[in-house]
Amino acid sequence: MDLLNRLLNGEKRAVARLISMAENHDPEAIHILKKLYSKTGRAHIIGITGPPGAGKSTLTDKLVKALRKEGKTVGVVAVDPTSPFTGGSILGDRVRMNDLSLDSGVFIRSMGTRGHLGGISKATQAAVKILDIYGVDYIFVETVGVGQSEVDIVKNVDTTLMVMVPGLGDDIQTLKAGIMEIGDIFAVNKADRDGAKKTATQIEMMLDFNHFEWRPPVQLVVALDNSGIDELLQKLKEHRNYMVETGNLHKRRIKNSKIEIIDLVQQELMSMILDKSTKEQMIDKLAEKVAFREHDPYSAAEEVLNELR
Amino acid sequence: MDRPIRVLVAKPGLDGHDRGAKVIARALRDAGMEVIYTGLRQTPEQIVSAAIQEDVDVVAMSILSGAHNTLLPRVVELLNKENVDDMLVLGGGVVPDEDIPFLKEIGISEIFTPGTTTQTTIEFIKANLKRK
Repeated sequence: MDLLNRLLNGEKRAVARLISMAENHDPEAIHILKKLYSKTGRAHIIGITGPPGAGKSTLTDKLVKALRKEGKTVGVVAVDPTSPFTGGSILGDRVRMNDLSLDSGVFIRSMGTRGHLGGISKATQAAVKILDIYGVDYIFVETVGVGQSEVDIVKNVDTTLMVMVPGLGDDIQTLKAGIMEIGDIFAVNKADRDGAKKTATQIEMMLDFNHFEWRPPVQLVVALDNSGIDELLQKLKEHRNYMVETGNLHKRRIKNSKIEIIDLVQQELMSMILDKSTKEQMIDKLAEKVAFREHDPYSAAEEVLNELR
Repeated sequence: MDRPIRVLVAKPGLDGHDRGAKVIARALRDAGMEVIYTGLRQTPEQIVSAAIQEDVDVVAMSILSGAHNTLLPRVVELLNKENVDDMLVLGGGVVPDEDIPFLKEIGISEIFTPGTTTQTTIEFIKANLKRK
């Protein structure tokens, strides 16, 4: 049986292989996604992001377990960084989710960023779609540990959960643009530590400045002790309900689809440019001239673009 | 091959010493591979389930407890049951020489014992992948 039908039959190996193919730019994966795209859009897609060591994987583990108690099926895509020097990576998120390996209602996939900045990999979106077609009720996308500006996650999910921990800095950090703006829900993990309430207050004060209809809730949790997890899950569901009832889910998805189309066009254009110019080693030659100040980079870029026109 | 080799590094059984597994994981990472590190105290069932979901090329297991003749064959058996025939299965750790022929016969491609350089392991993986 071919991959497409094996996926529709719910075969885990087909899911796994298709995700690999999407990661490796196999045209067959795109072909299958084209055919089955109309089957996506059913699952509640939740992004989990936050700084390294905040407890994203542990929190994901607990949220998945809470959903499994309700009989829901869950997919997890966990992203860790790829070395820009060797292309290698250590994907270590499964360490926190070991019990889930044996649960037939859970599918976990680890991914390297493979050169993509922004907190997720290029193929993350494809993996989410494949899991959606496979038919899980919820999909968690766990980003790499983020700093201040990795906000790509928000373009790929329905709900963004920002995981914070006490002790990372003062209230100026919460004022800054970037990741603090993308949380639909905030969790302050390791809330048994000193300063957790202060961190939560600082986030609340930052949120007081927002003028959006949805006020992101801030939930204290201790993921390791499973405390605050049910409350957090409830808030994730409330956000999804709010998004559906107000029509905002639809709006967000239109916006995200637009971004996706533009991204795909950009990728295609880049490969056309690089393909044409590497054939003629055009960029190499131009780079040499620019380096020796015989030419300027602005005109060089125009010349490369003219090749496509 | 333009795709990275994916390797599951796991510690089956009950010994709690994962320094070797971490050294191997780091060496494979530096050789450009994607290493899915699953950590300590894995059952064969967990290892096989993770290997399938992660669609790995290699399952590498480190074992120091002496239970290799029980746990490693069980992993191979479960992989066979799932009709997985394109993963390279490797073992490493304290395994007596006289046990190695048996383990190779049941389907472990190689056993790396103490003193093996990480380079040897890397080269073995690159030369013996079952999937293109």
